Amino acid sequence: MKTLDKKLWRDLWHLKGQMFAIASVMAAGVASFIMFLSTLDSLEASRSLYYSEYRFPQVFASVKRAPESLKKRLAEIPGINKVDTRVITGVTIDIEDFPQPITGYITSIPDFGEPLLNNLYLKSGRLAQAGREDEIVISDAFAQAHQLKPGDSLNTIIKGLKRKQIIVGTGGSPEWIQQLRPGSMFPDYKRHGIAWMARTPLEHAYDMKGAFNNVVMTLSADANARDVIEQIDQLLAKYGGTGAYERKDHFSHRFLEEEFKQLDNLGGIFPVIFLGVAAFLLNVVITRLVGAQREQIAGLKAFGYSNLIIGLHYFKLVMLIAMLGTATGLAIGSWLARQLSELYMTLFRLPFLEFVVLPEVMIKAALVCAVAALLGTIVALRMVTRLKPAEAMRPEPPAVYGQSMIEKLGLKRLLSAPTRMIVRHLSHRPFKSLLAVLGIAMSCAIVMSGRFQEDTIAYMVNVHYNLERREDLSMLFIEPTSRSALYELQSLPGVEYAEAFRSVSVRLHNEHRSFTTSLHGMEPDSEISRLLDGRLHPVKVPAEGMIMTGYLANKLRLKPGDNVTVEVLEENQAVLQIPLVGLVEQYLGTAAYMDMAALNRALGQGHAISGAYLYIDPQQEHAIFQRLKEIPRIVGTAARRFEIENFHKVLNESMMFWVSIATVFAIVIAVGVVYNSARIILAERSRELASLRVLGFTRGEISWILLGELALLTLAAIPLGLFLGWLLCLYIASMLQNDLYRVPLILEPSTYAFAATIVIVAAAVSALAVRLRLDNLDLIAVLKTKE
Amino acid sequence: MGTLARQANKSSPKAVFVAEAVTKTYHMGEVEVHALRGIDLELYEGEFVVMLGPSGSGKSTLLNILGGLDVPTSGRVHYRDHDLTTYDDAVLTRYRREHVGFVFQFYNLIPSLTARENVTLVTEIARQPLNPEEALKLVRLEKRMDHFPAQLSGGEQQRVAIARAIAKRPEVLLCDEPTGALDAKTGIVVLDAINRINRELGTTTAIITHNADIAQIADRVIYLMDGSIVRMEINPHKKQPAELTW
Repeated sequence: MKTLDKKLWRDLWHLKGQMFAIASVMAAGVASFIMFLSTLDSLEASRSLYYSEYRFPQVFASVKRAPESLKKRLAEIPGINKVDTRVITGVTIDIEDFPQPITGYITSIPDFGEPLLNNLYLKSGRLAQAGREDEIVISDAFAQAHQLKPGDSLNTIIKGLKRKQIIVGTGGSPEWIQQLRPGSMFPDYKRHGIAWMARTPLEHAYDMKGAFNNVVMTLSADANARDVIEQIDQLLAKYGGTGAYERKDHFSHRFLEEEFKQLDNLGGIFPVIFLGVAAFLLNVVITRLVGAQREQIAGLKAFGYSNLIIGLHYFKLVMLIAMLGTATGLAIGSWLARQLSELYMTLFRLPFLEFVVLPEVMIKAALVCAVAALLGTIVALRMVTRLKPAEAMRPEPPAVYGQSMIEKLGLKRLLSAPTRMIVRHLSHRPFKSLLAVLGIAMSCAIVMSGRFQEDTIAYMVNVHYNLERREDLSMLFIEPTSRSALYELQSLPGVEYAEAFRSVSVRLHNEHRSFTTSLHGMEPDSEISRLLDGRLHPVKVPAEGMIMTGYLANKLRLKPGDNVTVEVLEENQAVLQIPLVGLVEQYLGTAAYMDMAALNRALGQGHAISGAYLYIDPQQEHAIFQRLKEIPRIVGTAARRFEIENFHKVLNESMMFWVSIATVFAIVIAVGVVYNSARIILAERSRELASLRVLGFTRGEISWILLGELALLTLAAIPLGLFLGWLLCLYIASMLQNDLYRVPLILEPSTYAFAATIVIVAAAVSALAVRLRLDNLDLIAVLKTKE
Repeated sequence: MGTLARQANKSSPKAVFVAEAVTKTYHMGEVEVHALRGIDLELYEGEFVVMLGPSGSGKSTLLNILGGLDVPTSGRVHYRDHDLTTYDDAVLTRYRREHVGFVFQFYNLIPSLTARENVTLVTEIARQPLNPEEALKLVRLEKRMDHFPAQLSGGEQQRVAIARAIAKRPEVLLCDEPTGALDAKTGIVVLDAINRINRELGTTTAIITHNADIAQIADRVIYLMDGSIVRMEINPHKKQPAELTW
């Protein structure tokens, strides 16, 4: 079939503009598929390699203080494979020339040799050793943020004692892939550092000689995690165990899991949208092509070409476009996947990126693309094979037009003849017009989905940092402290107002459901830290009973009025019954709240406080930072101002990527749909338009027939697109509801305006490109030829 | 009618086509059209037949049915020993591929293929074709073989179409208004090409036209009106195309 193939290539060349536009939309679909799924595969592969090579544990538990001898008893629990005990402490880090407060954690590593579990990946230098008390290994992220390298020094403040330490190595460990400070939304490597010290020096510094406060374990293959955890909890209970948990509940691990889930979901939605639009465009173009080549098809059949061969001929054409789209999409998608993976590498501290674009993902992308192309053109291909040669020899009977809905409504007199042509043409094929509108609307929706994350995160930050937490500084004591510490803080020069809080680890139960979280005690007239209801109005913490986030109440199937069983996971080990008296709205975390005095009463702990929020005089900020570092009981200080600053920095770096991609892809769709619609209108109507020109219509007047139709389609598409965009974002937000965060649906008016503008500009540019062709309309040739 | 046809062809008694009581009704939009209302007809080997009739007389429909492009609503059509009316689409496709050459009023060339490639399109699927150059030479287009349809005049395009039709060495050549879109001078060149094919290759040829002058080059003229044959005439003084004027 050599000659028929020549026709194929020339047809393809002839339709190059339209084919290119369709292939681009397909490429965007394939690229988004590859981008999301390959990023997911790459991150999963990297994490899994990291976990196995560096021995990420399966069970984790914290205690207040347990004797090292307990390790042996833990190892005897059936189902436990390896046990490793550590000392972990909160730390304040002091770096010369960096006046802002830095918090962090130091984890112990064996005095000599590698940790049994959670081994360190060393990026530079070596491990800290026991012989030298002042050696420390810091996370490569922290090192990078402060440009520190082995040989440099920093000061650690543990229990108020400042020590100068020499950095001997930089690196990371699989338990610290996500290095978020508790309560923040983005990692801040400058103000939150992870570090490791040899066990003996850390035991000394933290007053933990011969004891541990953290234990990690692996399980044997046949172990039942739940049973094992129950036994661990029993064993650790009297040492202040806060409840052992599995890997799936590990903070860093869970954070990654949520991100992976999101990538997987996005890898599902976007390709479907793009390939759906591509299928529609192919449908329009191939149907039109078959219509225009009716007589050629009839001729071929008359010469004895079978339906199969002619059908295959057009099938090949469709597949060539799909292949072009797939190939381009694979290339762009692989590139984007690498960019996105690299971006994730800054949010997640994986030591290496195992970048993969799996063959099965590529094959899947190609197949999905081919199937979409085929679905879009199946009707046209059937038309080819069903076309009776004799029927095809006769010209197509003129299409049956009627008065449009608008005219029937009595508005006919308002419409000029050319406008009537537009309206009738649109209503002649309502389904096709509707699909074109839907296609353009989709581009609008995609632009919105790109900006949605920015809008919603900005909103969450505003709620979190401006409405809920309004402090200048927050600080945490190393352990519950007497209320007198608050007065001490209040008396510091520059401190304008201080407010205390209490925080207790608890496990909340309702029937068979339970959830481990913290129960916060708040001051009754808490001014700095506030709770908000669904409409963001402040909620006063009740004198008795607890309140919690709606998400947590729903998770535990609780409603106001129910009694909650509270199992205290601290020394006291009490089991309390506290009524749930109200619900609050919170986007971050999953905590419960009580009046501080009521909580302390229930715990039988007098007037203990866990930390404080401060309003300060900005002029004295620096002096206060310095002063706070010297107070032994304070384990960490954070300034709200810097958290907000960091948020904007991360947002700018990471969100821009997605906004740009979504916008470019959306433009591809808008241009694809409008350009193809314009070319089809031009092809279908060039005889009409030329005839009108012959009759004396101006170029402007006939342009209106072409552009007016496109304008109507675009204008109809925008409100629909804004609605679909809202729906799409609602869907994305609905996938981002978990224990760590709940993303609300927030779309700023500027996002709606931006999306509409992008669509209008893309549509206008592509329509005008086609409009230029009207100037070259060959009036005589158009009238002479049959098409 | 059968008697008249037999009388007309005493010298060449072997019928290529025999049509009996053929009718055809089809729907165009909401209108029912009776294109053929009971046609009886025989066409003989090597014969050059012109079917004359105004628009809508059913001549194109008849030609399409003979060529296996269409099937009658009722009646029988035999091509040699084969009953075309019993054939399904696949067999009709093979019939067209192996036995029939078509020439259309609007040429139906593939615009994206050159003259030579348009002919090759057919020779590639034929059993014992002429080579494309030879076929184009027969219609005197050897010098324009690599031109695209858009670069050829109407007459040239039609001659490419004829070359394409005869390149498979068909037993019958069916031409639907082959000069319909051409001026007289060009039309004559095209008719001359068809005439030569009929004479030199002995291909049974049927031309349908509404141009009565063309009848003068035929062996036999069949007149159609409103879907029926109204008259058949043997042409005792067959002219050469070059002698025609219209």
